[in-house]
Amino acid sequence: MRNYIYILVMALTTYFIRVIPLTVFRKEITNRTFRSFLTYVPYVTLAVMTFPAILEITDEPWIAWVGFLSAMVLAYNRVSLFVVSLGCCGLVLVLQLI
Amino acid sequence: MHRDTYFRGMREGIPVMLGYFVVSITIGIAARKASLTAAQAGIMSLTNLTSAGQFASFAIIASGAPYLEMLISQAVINLRYCLMSCALSQKVETDMPFFHRLFMAFGITDEIFGLAIGQKGKLDPWYMYGVMTVAIPGWTLGTLVGILSTGVLPGSVLNAMNMALYGMFIAVFMPAARDNRILLPIIFVSMGASALFQALPVFDFISSGMKIIILTLIISMGAAVLFPVPEEEA
Repeated sequence: MRNYIYILVMALTTYFIRVIPLTVFRKEITNRTFRSFLTYVPYVTLAVMTFPAILEITDEPWIAWVGFLSAMVLAYNRVSLFVVSLGCCGLVLVLQLI
Repeated sequence: MHRDTYFRGMREGIPVMLGYFVVSITIGIAARKASLTAAQAGIMSLTNLTSAGQFASFAIIASGAPYLEMLISQAVINLRYCLMSCALSQKVETDMPFFHRLFMAFGITDEIFGLAIGQKGKLDPWYMYGVMTVAIPGWTLGTLVGILSTGVLPGSVLNAMNMALYGMFIAVFMPAARDNRILLPIIFVSMGASALFQALPVFDFISSGMKIIILTLIISMGAAVLFPVPEEEA
């Protein structure tokens, strides 16, 4: 029973954090600096989360490096998300099996 | 129209589903160590959808800490969802019905947010629902597989599926860097700073979720002050 209360507390806390800004900011924010900040947030977060964590995926770091760099080059050249994602996935799988 | 967007969300959500399936297997294994039942672990994944938060919760549950501690730890670890929710609030049509905001909010995770914010123009909530339709079952089923069995998939396959998740992140931020020249240096600075934070033992006391928040706040604020987005694009 106690475990279910923990799970309930977790779920409510996490949901409130997610729902409050989305329901409070219902108009366009006009402050230019704050808008610029919000524009940059997603890219900075994703870059920070990706690197260097991506290098720890495989036991041999060079394989992860190959996966990382090939995904960067493919994505920069506007290859579709699905192909980039499954492409580096397949590449890493094959390199590990060789 | 909404229907096409919904199905596109499902299709583009497949890498998320695969990545979630793998990551949540490790969640399931950790849940068993904290002596949760399979039902509890499954319900937790279904209702929380947060890797860092769930990982942190097991130590709290295992130690029988007060509920307040659970609340505070989840609020801090998941604070980045608050930033993402702010960003999404500016990405949707201002006259979008309120209930969509309530439903969309549930699906704010690093990966689903990454896909949603990468959409051209305003965000249709049905795109997010499409991604959620495949991602949430992937997360929940992976957790169940993890807690009910060990060693179902070989390590090399798990690693490759994990790579798919990061490949997806890269596919979200790199094309944008090509359209906007200033983004590329910002991305490299972010990666460099993140590597530095990871490498220096001085920062060991900061959890990985907290590191993401700190770096995101500092770098995004610096970039906003130094390179404000032109009015019409912002």
